[in-house]
Amino acid sequence: MSPKKIVLRFGPDISEEPIIYRLVKDYDLLINIVKANVNPQKEGTMVLDLTGDQIEGGMNYLREKGVQVQALSQEIVRNEDRCTMCGVCTAICPTGALFMERPAMEVYFDGDKCVVCQLCLKICPVRAMEVRL
Amino acid sequence: MPLLERRGICVNLRTGFRALVEGTGIMLRSYSEINQKIKSGKAVVMSADEFISLVEENGLSAAAKKVDVVTTGTFAPMCSSGAFLSFGHSAPRMRMQKAWLNGVSAYAGIAAVDAYIGATELPEDDPLNSNYPGEFRYGGGHVIEDLVARKTVSLKATSYGTDCYPRKSIETVITIDQINEATLFNPRNAYQNYNCAVNLSDRTIYTYMGMLKPRLGNAHYSTSGQLSPLLKDPHFKTIGIGTRIFLGGGTGYVAWHGTQHFPSIQEPEGKCLGPAGGTLAVIGDLKQMSPRWLKGVSFTGYGASLAVGIGIPIPLLSEEIAHYAAATDRDLYAPVVDYSDAYPGRKPGCLTHVSYADLKSGKITVQGKEIPTAPLSGYPKAREIALILKERISNGDFLLTEPVQLLPSPADGRAGNVLNG
Repeated sequence: MSPKKIVLRFGPDISEEPIIYRLVKDYDLLINIVKANVNPQKEGTMVLDLTGDQIEGGMNYLREKGVQVQALSQEIVRNEDRCTMCGVCTAICPTGALFMERPAMEVYFDGDKCVVCQLCLKICPVRAMEVRL
Repeated sequence: MPLLERRGICVNLRTGFRALVEGTGIMLRSYSEINQKIKSGKAVVMSADEFISLVEENGLSAAAKKVDVVTTGTFAPMCSSGAFLSFGHSAPRMRMQKAWLNGVSAYAGIAAVDAYIGATELPEDDPLNSNYPGEFRYGGGHVIEDLVARKTVSLKATSYGTDCYPRKSIETVITIDQINEATLFNPRNAYQNYNCAVNLSDRTIYTYMGMLKPRLGNAHYSTSGQLSPLLKDPHFKTIGIGTRIFLGGGTGYVAWHGTQHFPSIQEPEGKCLGPAGGTLAVIGDLKQMSPRWLKGVSFTGYGASLAVGIGIPIPLLSEEIAHYAAATDRDLYAPVVDYSDAYPGRKPGCLTHVSYADLKSGKITVQGKEIPTAPLSGYPKAREIALILKERISNGDFLLTEPVQLLPSPADGRAGNVLNG
């Protein structure tokens, strides 16, 4: 079963709850934490790879707790009108989500590979990479 | 592979070229003959990459005989760009002393209501690099993009008041269609060749060549290689003052040689690596250009600028000109320069040279380390420009102009001065 990548956003009120423990213990999910930015009393984000039969149940638990759950590919988007296909993002993108097809040198964005590190947001000269909230 | 080796003639371009051009300087066609063919819809026009393929299939002589015009293109951030704007007079009249467009200062010390908005100018309240690396989200280049996109732009100006120009301040909005003149005038564009930038230091650096990761983490380059206009006419035999070009989506002209125009042929260790160093000053009516081909750019930690689309037709007046227009990514080289120390310190020399074929492969080897490469100059867009220009010429919408005067060539030996201080 291929893992499902999700982005969690939660408010300061639930940043101290052991939600990962619950996902493992109650829903038997295999979890890889790709990225996490969690601090006590502050809003937090987390990017997870989930594998298991009870993913839907786990996601429902998260939603009941007030966690916003989104598929990862919805998070970073490319503004096609602004992108000039220069390609400068492709040597910086750590996962190869932004890549070039040679020899045409056309630039593509594979949202499935994106881990929302947001480096491309800073790097893109025309600011074509955007966070979709 | 060096340019001439492919045809089995010679490795050294300069001496080899002299041998080759015995007889190749013979004129194949004139500007007026080409324009007659364009008007009658019979001109044969090819983009530079198409022409390369033709030469590889049929040989240079046959290709040069067949093709009248080769089109080139480049779309990249080009500092030393800007626009002259003439706002028109208010009632009562005002002699604008300081002016701002969307908060970005425009130089108004030209005349009462004329100003120049430069691509790299930043808002006075911009945090700059105080929170390093700064974002530089908006600058003069973005103002130009907003103007050409026909967006409303705020204009603020102040003055001291005179008897003939009594007004002391104005705050209003303009669009490009409401003001009298908007002329793009870029003192230095279309760099012939450019450094491939790397970082030898132990920390990430933020440059106009983008973010460079430590210890040779990545390499950035910025020309369209075999499509790049001035790489295809390295001796400036056709591009000169008055050459009509594709500029920012519309039509423009070469006004002069660009600032820092130091054309030369790279010949380290007796080996020819193609040309380096020429630039163009270009001019055109901003009102007929497009935000597709003029885009404000931001370099984190460095500043703002403008990406400019330029396409230049090269008339194949002789086989010699065709020979250079046929140069491939394998024949053209960029110097690899360290931007952590050598470049800022203005230290001469470079780490090595790499071909555009290598750069476009996605990795190069420098000091024994394989490093990923990425361009700042968009090859697909450069190709699109070359094809748009080809279409305009083929349709009879774009006639070629013979330069009023040619630009300084490598033979003129121009070189830069160091600023003392």
